[in-house]
Amino acid sequence: MTTADSSGAERSGDAPLLRCEGVSKSFGAVHALYKVDFEVRSGEVMALVGDNGAGKSTLIKGIVGIYPFDEGTTTFAGKRVKIHGPKDAAALGIEVVYQDLALADNLDVVGNMFLGREIVKLGVLDEVAMEHRAQQTLEGLKVTTLRSVRQTVAGLSGGQRQAVAVAKAVMWGDSKMIILDEPTAALGVAQTRQVLDLVGRLAHQGYAVVLISHNLHDIFEIADRITVLRLGQQVGVMNRRECTQQDVVHAITAGDMQFVPGMDEDTVAS
Amino acid sequence: MSGDVESTPTPPAPPAASRRTSGFAAPTTGVGDYLRQRWSAIKAGELGALPIIFGLIVIVLIFGTLEDQFLTARNFTNLLLQMAPVAALAMGIVFILLIADGEVVSIDLSVAFVAAVGGVVMTLLQRPGDPGWPWWLCIIGALVITTAIGLLHALIITKLGVPSFILTLAGFLVWSGVVLWLTTRFSTAGTIRIQDDRLVDIANNFLSEGIGWVIGVAVVVGYAFVQVRTMQARQARNLDAKPLPIVVAQVVGVAAIVLWAVWVANSDRGVPQITITLGVFLLVWTFVTTRTAFGRHIYAVGGSPEATRRAGINVDNIRIAVFAINGFMAGVGGVILASRLRSVATNTGGGNLLLNVIAAAVIGGTSLFGGSGRVVSALYGALVITAIQNGMDLLGLNSGIKFIITGVVLLLAVLVDSISKRRRAARGLT
Ligand SMILES: Nc1ncnc2c1ncn2[C@@H]1O[C@H](COP(=O)(O)OP(=O)(O)OP(=O)(O)O)[C@@H](O)[C@H]1O
Ligand SMILES: [Mg+2]
Repeated sequence: MTTADSSGAERSGDAPLLRCEGVSKSFGAVHALYKVDFEVRSGEVMALVGDNGAGKSTLIKGIVGIYPFDEGTTTFAGKRVKIHGPKDAAALGIEVVYQDLALADNLDVVGNMFLGREIVKLGVLDEVAMEHRAQQTLEGLKVTTLRSVRQTVAGLSGGQRQAVAVAKAVMWGDSKMIILDEPTAALGVAQTRQVLDLVGRLAHQGYAVVLISHNLHDIFEIADRITVLRLGQQVGVMNRRECTQQDVVHAITAGDMQFVPGMDEDTVAS
Repeated sequence: MSGDVESTPTPPAPPAASRRTSGFAAPTTGVGDYLRQRWSAIKAGELGALPIIFGLIVIVLIFGTLEDQFLTARNFTNLLLQMAPVAALAMGIVFILLIADGEVVSIDLSVAFVAAVGGVVMTLLQRPGDPGWPWWLCIIGALVITTAIGLLHALIITKLGVPSFILTLAGFLVWSGVVLWLTTRFSTAGTIRIQDDRLVDIANNFLSEGIGWVIGVAVVVGYAFVQVRTMQARQARNLDAKPLPIVVAQVVGVAAIVLWAVWVANSDRGVPQITITLGVFLLVWTFVTTRTAFGRHIYAVGGSPEATRRAGINVDNIRIAVFAINGFMAGVGGVILASRLRSVATNTGGGNLLLNVIAAAVIGGTSLFGGSGRVVSALYGALVITAIQNGMDLLGLNSGIKFIITGVVLLLAVLVDSISKRRRAARGLT
């Protein structure tokens, strides 16, 4: 819990924490994103849905600066920002948990959570401090299924690994926004449950959470709002309480495209 | 407020104090719990030093019954001398094996000849008047050259993308050629003697009885101190700690082995000086691998280079540093090798040295698949492999038979590695 408290990730009413306006990204002739508006507030779970190739991953990569947008503006915490790479994003407090979690199987939970940012005292790893902080973070997230933070990650279940990856992302004092790319894609029922609970707690603790998922059932359980992308365009932002799964499915497959750029849909979709 | 999530009623968060919640098992205090945990870890493929202990028992039983000379104090000190070059080289190989990443084997097939180059350089530098450098400068010269060779290997592997297996196979030929060329160029007989007594002493001198005891006791006290401090630090933060009886048992065990070894060695010529040198390297490299961020990153590269890269660590730099360390230890091994034989010759670094070194690292428990192993495994493995060689020599076995047996032992070690790796993987899938 300490992490969220000290992070200053307070709920800030209706002002979005992150706001992208009219962002576009092309790969050659392919408009992967075209004039997309996207926003997320502190303390909410914003789901990002769309068919394969709709541009979800591209939007995320643009936000964290892996593929900077070609045009459009990004505002973070009320200030215009230019994010040129994951380091910039991390400095602002944006952390991404990618689908292939990228954990080192042979290291234990503590080793993974601190990889590359080890606590060192006089050149020596401060294992005790790291273990202590890792436990606090996991406890703050109410991750109760781990037997010990000294287990190697190889021995963890998919849900536990996801929890470790999320804990790793939120442990850094100044993280305010967590992006999860299909966190439940490979999980069974019970583990999906654990991860969804964890996502809910993140929002409850004041983080802005972006959840990419193909599973509408999960989304309707946990999301506050839903942004729908279709063929690189944003075709709707819905309030979960005011729409049905049918509405979302319709938007995903046949949502109204606002723009018809200088090419036909086939090119856009290819 | 849009943040309400009906489906997950979240109780108020606990205060930001350092107290534990019920999320984690209480710190183990029971010996039974601890032993049960260890046992399930062993079943899951984390064997630790078990195969070594088993191997040593088998060796003692077989050679002890077949050959009276095997279990004598004289042979024990011989063994300590004989294992030294293998142990030094195997320490470097442990680093190399640690950064293998599953599919791509990371290996150094040239290590024995790089060591020989180091030995030759040292020997050439000490030749009286030509240029007749002081002994310590000769050693530094050797270490600088072999470290540079390690760096060269690393740069070709990382920057040009040549697999270490292929590059060091080429290195095997190149460096054996360099040894052959240098030794025949500077000596018609192909053998260059070491005339500096200090250099000969390195691998042939013994400590006095008193100093042997002092060092033995210091090792035991130091070990006990570290164990107890670790336990206390963890208990103070309310983290899982080894139960006290286990710590006491470990300290008593280490004390018994170390003091027994000093006693046996002292009843012959004493504790070899080189054993202490190896102990210092063991301490330094164990510290580097287990207590520093750099060491943590070495393991991470062996576990998942991708995860390491994403954590902002320069994976190539880690690989380069590891090959440099291996080159350095090859130099150390070369100095020991030359010192032990009091000379270098055309065949220095040849024979089954390479096989023994790699076998030592693997037998000691360092995985060929990367990411798992400890520096001390080099010493364990060197002890086992040298004891086998030594026993077979005493029995006067035919060279062919010796090769076959060594090969089979290496195969066994690799099998143990593969099977325990599968077990670890199987557990990872659950
Ligand atoms: N690096 C790239 N080079 C060229 N085209 C790309 C690149 N990355 C994405 N695209 C294209 O951009 C479009 C959007 O892809 P994106 O990966 O964002 O989709 P997605 O919504 O994440 O789909 P999925 O659900 O399958 O993950 C696709 O047409 C894809 O082919
Ligand atoms: Mg995607």
